[in-house]
Amino acid sequence: MVSTTARRIARNDSATRSVKALTNYTPARVSLGLAGDSLPTKPLLAFRLAHARAREAVHFPLDSFSLAQEFAARGWGSRILRSTAKNREQYLRNPDKGRTLNGDSLAELSNLHRPRRYAFVVADGLSSLAVHRHSASFLEEVFERLDFKTDEANPVFIVHQGRVAIGDHIGAAVGAELAIVIIGERPGLSAPDSLGVYLTWNPKPGRTDAERNCISNIQSSGLSYEAAANKLVFLMNEAQRRQLTGVALKETAAKLLE
Amino acid sequence: MSRYRTTLGSRVYDFADLKSLLAKATPLRSGDQLAGIAAQTSEERVAAQMVLADLPLKEFFAEALIPYETDEITRLIFDTLDAEAFSPISSLTTGEFRDWLLDNNVTGETLARLAPGLLPEQVAAVSKLMRAQDLVKVARKVHVVSRFRTTVGTPGCLSTRLQPNHSADDPQAITASIIDGLMLGSGDAVIGINPVSDNPEIIQTLLRLVNAIRERYEIPTQSCVLAHVTTQMDALTAGAPVDLVFQSIGGTEATNTSFGINLGILKEAHQAAREQKRGTVGENVMYFETGQGSALSANAHHGIDQQTCEARAYGLARHFQPMLVNSVVGFIGPEYLYDGKQILRAALEDHFCGKLLGLPMGCDVCYTNHAEADDDDMDAILTMLAAAGVNYIMGVPGADDIMLSYQSSSFHDALYLRSVFGLRPAPEFEAWFQQRRAALHEMTALLEA
Repeated sequence: MVSTTARRIARNDSATRSVKALTNYTPARVSLGLAGDSLPTKPLLAFRLAHARAREAVHFPLDSFSLAQEFAARGWGSRILRSTAKNREQYLRNPDKGRTLNGDSLAELSNLHRPRRYAFVVADGLSSLAVHRHSASFLEEVFERLDFKTDEANPVFIVHQGRVAIGDHIGAAVGAELAIVIIGERPGLSAPDSLGVYLTWNPKPGRTDAERNCISNIQSSGLSYEAAANKLVFLMNEAQRRQLTGVALKETAAKLLE
Repeated sequence: MSRYRTTLGSRVYDFADLKSLLAKATPLRSGDQLAGIAAQTSEERVAAQMVLADLPLKEFFAEALIPYETDEITRLIFDTLDAEAFSPISSLTTGEFRDWLLDNNVTGETLARLAPGLLPEQVAAVSKLMRAQDLVKVARKVHVVSRFRTTVGTPGCLSTRLQPNHSADDPQAITASIIDGLMLGSGDAVIGINPVSDNPEIIQTLLRLVNAIRERYEIPTQSCVLAHVTTQMDALTAGAPVDLVFQSIGGTEATNTSFGINLGILKEAHQAAREQKRGTVGENVMYFETGQGSALSANAHHGIDQQTCEARAYGLARHFQPMLVNSVVGFIGPEYLYDGKQILRAALEDHFCGKLLGLPMGCDVCYTNHAEADDDDMDAILTMLAAAGVNYIMGVPGADDIMLSYQSSSFHDALYLRSVFGLRPAPEFEAWFQQRRAALHEMTALLEA
């Protein structure tokens, strides 16, 4: 019964015009048409292409060397670190491996230890594509807005096979007040390159997600670098003033932003 | 030495307790491996299944997997169990129970009478012995019908939840997806929006939006905005139109604590929603979502395998005579269900266990982009679930949920199943659709306003 209607709609020019108009209102895959009751070839292949790209975003290896060069060109130092997940399969199967640093990386941090305000961490997460596309430009916006000596953010820690909680280990190892983890988000079909930022006061292993603040969906058709940097710097300042992050900070921040 | 042991050739397999036996007997999945409770070898898995097959069903009453004193779901399950209903199978082992379920003389009516006497753990146990086709064949016998403004789950029907999510909760974008779905015959189980925000004003705006569309076009369906249950209760108190009340639930008290809920909160919500008396053909007002792995993810699994935890969630759900229950089977990611094969098995288990426990089971047939799965895997799951008589699936434009960043089933997928299996939407919705279909494109007027 449905197919009869749908075919009629497909035949009817005026109806087709109004159906097409739905795409003006949402980026969702609406008005795809019908082949019988099924998806026509063109939207089928568009879906496959989007899935292929999202899959590649998950498995595309992080090129930390070129990222470090990009950072160096902007005058920022960096250190390249690795989690205990040796490859993508380990990373996907065992989330805890992505949350801890391997021995060499931990040793490398020990000579950096001093009390410091910030630990900026850039981790591949589930989309190294997002990190490559957006992290340098986003960080530039953040640094412009921060009232601090540049060496307070140095070095930026670039992490292979990292999850959000790796910022707790890095932050604790270098004695940071605040860990800022910039990470590739789970890729969707519409945006394989979305970046997220997690802020944790007094980072140390064992912190829970309820103790963090998150800004997500930083990508070309989502939150802009400027808007995200404004939010982040606001949250960073509030976190330092109130000496906390997480649910309690979210509530005050929401009030202050009203 | 425990009483759960067997010898295969020269090897002795000894399982410490019931929960370890159940975990080792579970078909392979990454979440149980992650938890460190899965069988070490394929042979150990079969050994556990053999011990389980010989275990009398009665023994499940003697050993609560989570102690009665420490878990309110264990208490709920044991306190509300109907011993009389269990009596027809009281002498069977788990293996004999499988054979009995497959017996052609055991009908859906028999199984419906049995449901209140079954422990979720017994249902999980028997499912571990079953092949995929067994899970289809037995679930197919059971019809669990629920009603609000439509009647969902009658034989020959396949309904859909129209899921018009948008990444900024934009009312026009959501409306456009609703129109697209309705024109393709979707939305008879519910029009249910996952909001990005938990902001009370936005939740109420979305509730009013769907309600206004439903009233203006006299659509026989129900609406739901899947915010936290307490946010929905606040909206209801503020006078917003709340049809179904949604909540994610898990199979242990600690999982539900991590969701910010408990039995008391659910009971209050259930009562408040019923008192609204908004249903026209029935009073099933709750909508629950579940999923294997949620307990482990909340570090609240007590060493119990994820599929048994999932069945316990159904033991909680059945207390509320829900309108809709579905697992969001592949949403949680590959650390719990690694690939298409594991997602398929889980989908069939969830549907089977829910139906056997008397729930109106649907399924969110879905996967994420970091799982080893694709649209072919989803087609296999959809087709097997339709053969198993699933009550409803999701309808997402082009299967791509732009807000939750995962792929579910599409409006087209529902048309495929209805066409291949000769299934129809809920009768109230179908009658409306027949009458209005020629004029549905005029709904785009909603967008120009």
